[in-house]
Amino acid sequence: MRYLTDRKRAERKGASGTGTEHQWYMQVSAVALAFLVPTFLIVFGRALGGTRDQVIATFANPWVAILTGMVLFVSMQHFHRGARMMIEDYTHGSTRKGLIMLAISVAYTVIAMGAYALVKIAV
Amino acid sequence: MTTKKGNAMAEAQGPTRPLSPHLQIYRWQMTMVSSILTRITGNALIVGVVLGVWWLMAAAIGPGYFNFVNAIATSWFGDLVFTLSAWAVWYHYLAGLRHLYFDAGHGLDVATAEKLGWACVIGSVVLTVITLIIV
Repeated sequence: MRYLTDRKRAERKGASGTGTEHQWYMQVSAVALAFLVPTFLIVFGRALGGTRDQVIATFANPWVAILTGMVLFVSMQHFHRGARMMIEDYTHGSTRKGLIMLAISVAYTVIAMGAYALVKIAV
Repeated sequence: MTTKKGNAMAEAQGPTRPLSPHLQIYRWQMTMVSSILTRITGNALIVGVVLGVWWLMAAAIGPGYFNFVNAIATSWFGDLVFTLSAWAVWYHYLAGLRHLYFDAGHGLDVATAEKLGWACVIGSVVLTVITLIIV
């Protein structure tokens, strides 16, 4: 039996130990993405279907490169936290841990691939 | 428990609380549909992102590799992924704005929440069509 009362368990950072950190990060990244994504969709959509030279010319533009980098970084941070919520709702134990690690790995792989591409196109 | 004895045992300890709802006959509501769609679109977007970033990386690497990935990205499969992604991103976008509105303590009554759900569904289709026209 635990001698802690519900009140005591909810004090400070609560049962998760991280307080409202997750909720706050999702709000901040959501607002950031709300500003970044519409422009990025137009730029990406127009580049798609072009020749390689046209694609390189588009992403060689400094502002497009910075926008793309920010969209990829912020969206992948937002993604792995959101995916974790889903994984934690439906799975348990080692499966849960493995899938969370996979989601984070996918997120950082996408960031790394995007960073490599943008740097290679820029230089 | 199928035996008579088992039933008696189960009844003796039988729950007095309500049992789980039967999901097959559960009435679908706008609020649950909009919530489920937010999760599905958000997570499914990783498919479009991976295909998109792979395509960008191929462009950076060289003409041969770009031709290979570009053929996939501009095939019927690529068109399907990116068209669905366009809708998914707009749906998730509007649903996210709705969540920010909810988080600020507004629009939580049933009538408003249902209207906002419909606004997300209809708005996302409209924005997807506009996006496909522009690009």
